Amino acid sequence: MPDIISFKLNDKPVRLKVDGDRPFLWVLRTDLALTGAKFGCGEGHCGACTVLVDNVATRSCLLKAKDVQNKEVTTIEGVDKDGKLHPVQKAFMEHDALQCGFCTPGMILTAVSLLRETAKPSREQIVRGMEQNFCRCGAHTRIIDAIQSAAAEMKGGR
Amino acid sequence: MNPSDHLTLDFTDIKTAADLYPQSRREFLKRLGGGIFIFVAVGDLVSAQEGSRPRGGPPGLPTDFNAFLRIGENGRVTCFTGKIEMGQGPITSLAQMLADELDTPLESVDMVMGDTDLCPYDMGTWGSMTTRFFGPPLRAAAAEARAVLLELAAEQFKVPQSQLVAKEGVIVDRQNQANRITYGQLAKGQKIVRHLEAKPTLKDPSQFTISGKSVLRRDAKDKVTGKARYAGDIRLPGMLYARILRPPAHGAKFKSVDAALAKEIPGVQVVQDGDLVAVLHELPDVADKALGKLEAEFEPSPLRTDDRNIYDHLLSVAPAGHMVAQGGDLEEGKKAAAKTFESTYFNSYVAHAPIETHTALATLEGDKMTIWASTQNPFGARDEAARAIGFSSQQVRVITPFVGGGFGGKGQNRQVVQAARLAKAAGKPVQVMWTREDEFFWDTFRPAAIVKISSGIDGSGKMVFWDYDVAYAGDRGSQHFYTIPHHRTTARGSDWNAPKNSHPFGTGAWRAPGNNTNTFARESQIDIMAAAAGIDPVEFRMSQMADARMTRVLKAAADRFGWAPAKGPSKRGYGVACGADAGTCVAAIAEVAVDGKKGTVQVKRVVCAQEMGQVVNPEGAKIQMEGCITMGMGYALTEEVHFKNGEVLDTNFDSYEIPRFSWVPQIETVILDIRDSPPQGGGEPAIILMGAVIANAIYDATGARLFQLPMTPERVKAAMQKA
Repeated sequence: MPDIISFKLNDKPVRLKVDGDRPFLWVLRTDLALTGAKFGCGEGHCGACTVLVDNVATRSCLLKAKDVQNKEVTTIEGVDKDGKLHPVQKAFMEHDALQCGFCTPGMILTAVSLLRETAKPSREQIVRGMEQNFCRCGAHTRIIDAIQSAAAEMKGGR
Repeated sequence: MNPSDHLTLDFTDIKTAADLYPQSRREFLKRLGGGIFIFVAVGDLVSAQEGSRPRGGPPGLPTDFNAFLRIGENGRVTCFTGKIEMGQGPITSLAQMLADELDTPLESVDMVMGDTDLCPYDMGTWGSMTTRFFGPPLRAAAAEARAVLLELAAEQFKVPQSQLVAKEGVIVDRQNQANRITYGQLAKGQKIVRHLEAKPTLKDPSQFTISGKSVLRRDAKDKVTGKARYAGDIRLPGMLYARILRPPAHGAKFKSVDAALAKEIPGVQVVQDGDLVAVLHELPDVADKALGKLEAEFEPSPLRTDDRNIYDHLLSVAPAGHMVAQGGDLEEGKKAAAKTFESTYFNSYVAHAPIETHTALATLEGDKMTIWASTQNPFGARDEAARAIGFSSQQVRVITPFVGGGFGGKGQNRQVVQAARLAKAAGKPVQVMWTREDEFFWDTFRPAAIVKISSGIDGSGKMVFWDYDVAYAGDRGSQHFYTIPHHRTTARGSDWNAPKNSHPFGTGAWRAPGNNTNTFARESQIDIMAAAAGIDPVEFRMSQMADARMTRVLKAAADRFGWAPAKGPSKRGYGVACGADAGTCVAAIAEVAVDGKKGTVQVKRVVCAQEMGQVVNPEGAKIQMEGCITMGMGYALTEEVHFKNGEVLDTNFDSYEIPRFSWVPQIETVILDIRDSPPQGGGEPAIILMGAVIANAIYDATGARLFQLPMTPERVKAAMQKA
């Protein structure tokens, strides 16, 4: 039986009629046609599918559709506001903090979540916060630098 | 570039697959609209890698060219290339080369990449060959286009060409500033098709204004906003998602399947095409569920190898070798030796493990199949898919969106063939996106390999003989570059062409194929001899180096590191290694800390120096070096595919550990500035050093010598007990 799932997606209210047990990643990618969240491993190891649920980085491959009931979900498509890039997005560009780009949406959302929790993270805190996001191309050092400079740019803002 | 512009790596003017099957060259050009078209293929410009051409390019187009560009009536320049963008950066660096030679702003260049109906034939994006071999014909095409534009402007203004200057997409008359015309205006109403027959005059690198400067990635904005599309992000009306039945083990033959339970799920379609069994559904997660309901029977696998006994097996079936290099007389060398060293080096199977699994979406319209694929080899994918469904190559079009990492693994196109067969059988568009478990099963692993080295030094520490035998890695990087009077290098079995009964699963090219294995063995052995001679390992290499370029990079690395000579093991945890790959010389020095109790290794600092000829995008080259160093720590320290009797035991990232943030050392890169020699490879070279540089640093820290990759905590502890 389909459930009615109501939540906010990138600031817009959504009412979905879906089986609430379906993995949220596939609901996003197919039903909602938002393909920024990627499938990487399906078991929550790699972080390519990361979205924000009530501003906290969450693995959408392990999330069920019903888990977002009445929550606020942000995907990579909703991080830039009114055509203005988020400081983390800008920092990723300026630091060349990506190569193939497949892990990038998950990296950015995890970083946004990290900076919301810790406005001025040390290098060690960034490493710890990003540890469960995998990048195969080896952009790690630049991602760390990008997050540090985004934190400076944001001056503790969110 | 203006960061507010989104870059279109796409096919904007192509709405459906049916829009695009021109039957003739005339139709092809008609569809591309007006403008100036330059085709290039000139004898000595045709790259070595294209030697086996042609195998057919776009339908209706001549197949005798390897670069093709268009200057449109809107002034935009389009580069059509069979190369693909998987993170290594050609979408930026090729555009830089083109813009420089054509005197047009970088922002005016659009790239159409990896589309088999639009782009000239290409054998695949690998081997660090894009800049080296596609660069020259591309520059030639751009130079020719510039010459055509100057001719047109001279006619228009009725002045001699010598009076004209081309700059940033505009031609100006030096004598009369009112005579000013843009490339777009010149292209207007034109239908000029040029085939370059003679080698045009290319700019001297000193005239470059765009190449040689770091520019931001042109695809960055799309990638940070989620707009960049990968093969799995393409949506077609009515498309179905496939999940494919995977055998429990390699070698296990398919017997039968009972799909009754799966078919009870509404909307599920089961396709059986020989041993290809798949469930299809309009939702991928329902297809997942349905796959679990299939009741399949397979024969037991006859394979009896596992990740421990595989080396004995490989040695027992290894083919005869071929001589890679030899000189002097080994017997003489052995007589001259005061000390001899016999070592055997091993490395395990390693997975490519790109974060994007192999993916393809195939759709059949009429008698033409179009496939969006994550591939490093669009033309090969096209031909394989065509063969599998009984089509001609011209009836299949492969389009390559952004690729989410390849590392050699996406030169193999099994998922493309699966998608093509399923789309044909189902009569609907079908997406195949491998699960991570599929990826660990069907990926072609870097082959396990064995290197045996016998070598010797005389009483003064000079190397006097070197007998090198590599099995299964191939000969890439197997040659040494030291002054050793008596030497022989033999390679048995190449990296992917091994006797059929060698490997229990598919093997293939893995970033710098063969060279990771060979450099690990060679540079470890050199280190062993340096330590036995009581000579500092940098000094030992420098004093016996036969290659001047290598000497320069090793010196550059040592200078940047602040190397203070000491004989090993010095307890400092410093290691050194050097090597050559894809025309590039590279040297690295690493500092490690070893936890003696746990056997874990933390790489603290890596300094890497590289000489790669002329550098097109210095920042891009640096990023590739950093990527190599980071990725290379994986095969050095943890990455090993475990298997038994054909079953792959690593099925996801829980047991197969790739490098993470906490591993990352302080990385310092040095690129030697060489403007007067052609660009060499950059995507692979630095990774070849990571096995040896870490092994040598572990030795320096602990006195323990590691002979097997990866250097897991267990192996480190075992080596320390022996030391």
